[in-house]
Amino acid sequence: MKQALPRLLCLVAGVVMIVQFFVPHGVSETLFSESLRWVRIISAFALILGVRSIIAHHGTRVRRRTAGWVYSAVTLTAMVVSTFIGLFVGKDANTPSLLASGAQTPIPLHMQLLYENIMAPLGATMFSILAFYMASAAYRAFRARNKEATLLLVAAFIVMIGMVPIGAAIWTKFPDVAQWLLNVPNMAAKRGIWFGIALGMIATSLKIILGIERGWLGGGRG
Amino acid sequence: MHVLELLTTVPGIWVWVGALLTLAIFSFLFGDNPLYKVAEHLYVGVSVGYMITIYYWNFFKPDLIDPLFRGGQFIVIIPALLGLCYFAIFIQKLSWAVRIPMGFVLGWGAGVAVPAMLQSYIIRQIQGSLLAPEMLASWDTIVWGIVSFLGVITTVVYFFFSREQKGALKVVANIGIIYIMVGFGASFGYTVMARVSLLIGRLQFLLRDWLGVIS
Repeated sequence: MKQALPRLLCLVAGVVMIVQFFVPHGVSETLFSESLRWVRIISAFALILGVRSIIAHHGTRVRRRTAGWVYSAVTLTAMVVSTFIGLFVGKDANTPSLLASGAQTPIPLHMQLLYENIMAPLGATMFSILAFYMASAAYRAFRARNKEATLLLVAAFIVMIGMVPIGAAIWTKFPDVAQWLLNVPNMAAKRGIWFGIALGMIATSLKIILGIERGWLGGGRG
Repeated sequence: MHVLELLTTVPGIWVWVGALLTLAIFSFLFGDNPLYKVAEHLYVGVSVGYMITIYYWNFFKPDLIDPLFRGGQFIVIIPALLGLCYFAIFIQKLSWAVRIPMGFVLGWGAGVAVPAMLQSYIIRQIQGSLLAPEMLASWDTIVWGIVSFLGVITTVVYFFFSREQKGALKVVANIGIIYIMVGFGASFGYTVMARVSLLIGRLQFLLRDWLGVIS
């Protein structure tokens, strides 16, 4: 019961979703959209569990005043304030808030504003500083120690130089060569790798559906 | 004036917020420091708030609350009960019940993934690799089509480990390595340029939107 029921549910859900894909009928499409709605609802409950975990982790750090507890306080405060704004003030300028049901956001401060002015700059800057770290990694990786490393070095150099105006100024064909590298050898290698990834994912999915892969059931209690 | 109204009416206040947060993240280039940590933890906190907001307005309300309390669709009680099973993890005797929603979601996801992967990453990629009639239009599309097809075959052969790679298999696999290394190099170069593009975007924001020193 403790393992059989979840495994049975997994098998039925998996087989039904595979079969529905090959049945071009309205019922099949409804089944997919309805089951997708179910998954979204279940995922929403999983999010509550995740939020509870974050609150427990950072709350404990603040309560015990462990090293760096101030940062945990920042996380909790930001979470509470942004959740309040998102739920009670509004998601964006066009959606009603819980404070004023049926009406537009009473105060023009909504989640979209926080996204555009806090999350987007922070996210973009975090990814942009990777440029510096990639440059230092490139210095180590791009030393032409053997034939393969030289190929990697040359291909990367041509793609980089072909994407900036100075590349075209040096040689007008640089952008075309860079595009060719991306479209022909790069695409060919990626397709070969994708085949392997896809076959691996299909095999793993079938193992999960058929109950061969049972890691998700956990061990011990049950 | 209400503090929330102040945030939305004072001109340029959000530019200052964005600029200070951008500088806080850039400060990591000089090493880990409290300013960076504050920005990092702020990002995590706001991201969680954003996720809660999106889940509530996009999923929880339209998929569960509205159909149940306004539409009378009691069928949604079933996924709600499945979702509630996640909380069984806090009751030791019932903790096994957490496997029920996991089983459903995993089975559903795996079932959806099988035909999707088959179609997108195998059938479509084979179609893209083969010489289609429209590729015979000019000599260069024919040549590059053949070069691309050989690349796919040799890359797949390189990852074929069921037999020892020697003789003809080794020769083909070595050609596959050439394609893979050129592909990795091109992907690396492309990714670096994407990051540099983001960096330029942030510098433009600081110099144009915040300081106004460039137009």
